[in-house]
Amino acid sequence: MSVLVIAEHDNKNLKSSTLNTISAAEKLSEDIHLLILGNKIEDLAKSSKSIQLVKKVIICDHEKLENQIPELSSPIISNLAENYSHILAPSSTFGKNLLPRVSAQLDVTQISDIIGIESQDTFIRPIYAGNAISYVQTDQKINLMTVRPTSFEKCEEAGGDAAVENIPFIDSEVKTTFVSREVSKSDRPELGNARVVVSGGRGLENSDNFKLLYDLADKLNAAVGASRAAVDSGYIGNEYQVGQTGKMVAPELYIAVGISGAIQHLAGMKESKVIVAINKDLEAPIFNIADYGLSSDLFQAIPEIIKELDLLNQIES
Amino acid sequence: MKVLVAVKRVVDYKVQIRVKSDNSGVETQNVKMSVNPPDENAIEEAVKLKEQGLANEIISVSIGDDKSQDVLRTSMAMGIDRSILVKSQNTLEPLAVAKTLKIIIDKEKPDLVLMGKQAIDDDSNQTGQILSALLNWPQGCFISNLKIENNKVFISREIDEGIENLETSLPAVLTCDLRLNTPRFASLPNIMKAKKKPLETIDIDTLGIDTSSKIKTLKVIEPPKRKAGIMVNDVKELVQKLKYEAKVI
Repeated sequence: MSVLVIAEHDNKNLKSSTLNTISAAEKLSEDIHLLILGNKIEDLAKSSKSIQLVKKVIICDHEKLENQIPELSSPIISNLAENYSHILAPSSTFGKNLLPRVSAQLDVTQISDIIGIESQDTFIRPIYAGNAISYVQTDQKINLMTVRPTSFEKCEEAGGDAAVENIPFIDSEVKTTFVSREVSKSDRPELGNARVVVSGGRGLENSDNFKLLYDLADKLNAAVGASRAAVDSGYIGNEYQVGQTGKMVAPELYIAVGISGAIQHLAGMKESKVIVAINKDLEAPIFNIADYGLSSDLFQAIPEIIKELDLLNQIES
Repeated sequence: MKVLVAVKRVVDYKVQIRVKSDNSGVETQNVKMSVNPPDENAIEEAVKLKEQGLANEIISVSIGDDKSQDVLRTSMAMGIDRSILVKSQNTLEPLAVAKTLKIIIDKEKPDLVLMGKQAIDDDSNQTGQILSALLNWPQGCFISNLKIENNKVFISREIDEGIENLETSLPAVLTCDLRLNTPRFASLPNIMKAKKKPLETIDIDTLGIDTSSKIKTLKVIEPPKRKAGIMVNDVKELVQKLKYEAKVI
């Protein structure tokens, strides 16, 4: 049977979470179809058809789909569902907002946030903020799943030549209108798939001090993250939050600065390859999972690290 | 306006959970249980709407065994007027939870349904979205701000890219982020008063819906433990280790 992947995108480019989700789909079928719902997405369709693993790109292009209102997009997905054994979407706020509506429309139970695929009907997902791992099996007619992007590699974007099919827009009566989106602009890598993440917690004490972290992040070409405490305190925007109710990250290097390490935060970053913790409190639980711990005042340590990195660069150049 | 809040009883967020030795699930016996944290935000928002004169009746609903009365009493101590417990011995999947809530909503006819954006035990993040689709009411998920004026609903949603602002109308289903508000502590007099507030019990078997599990849990295991690392003495050592040992910079 075929597998349908719902594309996350901004009408111009696919989000990398889509590429991770396609890799998950590869474990289920060779016949992967990518569904792109959006507005003015001809160019996006053209660039997407070269993804090697994708056999067909299905396009629904309509001005009403510009802002991804789930009440409008979910019936279009449900309408296609009978052709597929599995429907996958990234476990991002996009996928979380959308796919459960398809679950309601098809009357099948969705499996959220899978981190592994054992077989066609058996999947692995974290529960309790990742403090337990559950193996689940289902015999439903269609398997609906959101996929944790950091648990699957990004697929190749080139090398393929998929067929493109346009499907008609199905209108639904919707009472919700889009007003605006407040998106922070940054030249730094995207938090969800950066190689290095530098994260700050309540220890930073205020938003001005986060500049220290930005300097360090720029030295390492890293994304910036934050604990819930730092976001709640208004030091930084919600889109930077790493943890159970924020973003999941799994970079090669995660540097936790002034973060105590509540289990809800660890849920979002403990899959990182190398974890560094900098905290003046030696009792902070973050040290229990860190590969390298430094018990020090961050206001001294961070400028020193920047200096050391500069020295290293000088030696190399 | 009438507001209905859905509340789940979960293992308290501070508890370090333990996987059962037979790998059948997570130990919930003799463990501190509490209101699911974002559901507390939903309760708080309902109470605020009543205090502002926008809501005239606020009710809470939970699905679970008799012990779930605790979380309903907590909600009433925070200011909820009355509660409904739908009694079920089994743990329900989100689709079954939403179907159960829909029956209660068809009967109670609230104008607004509030709940947490996810339960911190199962982490599914589905019920509000499913309920919205079943009711064919507008959906607002992961909200961190809510304003209601003349039947118009203005919400801010926390999304991966930042904040999204939407306008919609009542009736609606909204799921709450932890940043929506700061839930109040129930005072002792209010805890005493809550004991006298009405709590209706309905047996789930009388609702005539299929709440059986569609997903079988084969096993639950502990996640791989990270190996204990080392403490470095100073910044110089840290940078050297990252460069030449871990080779990540």
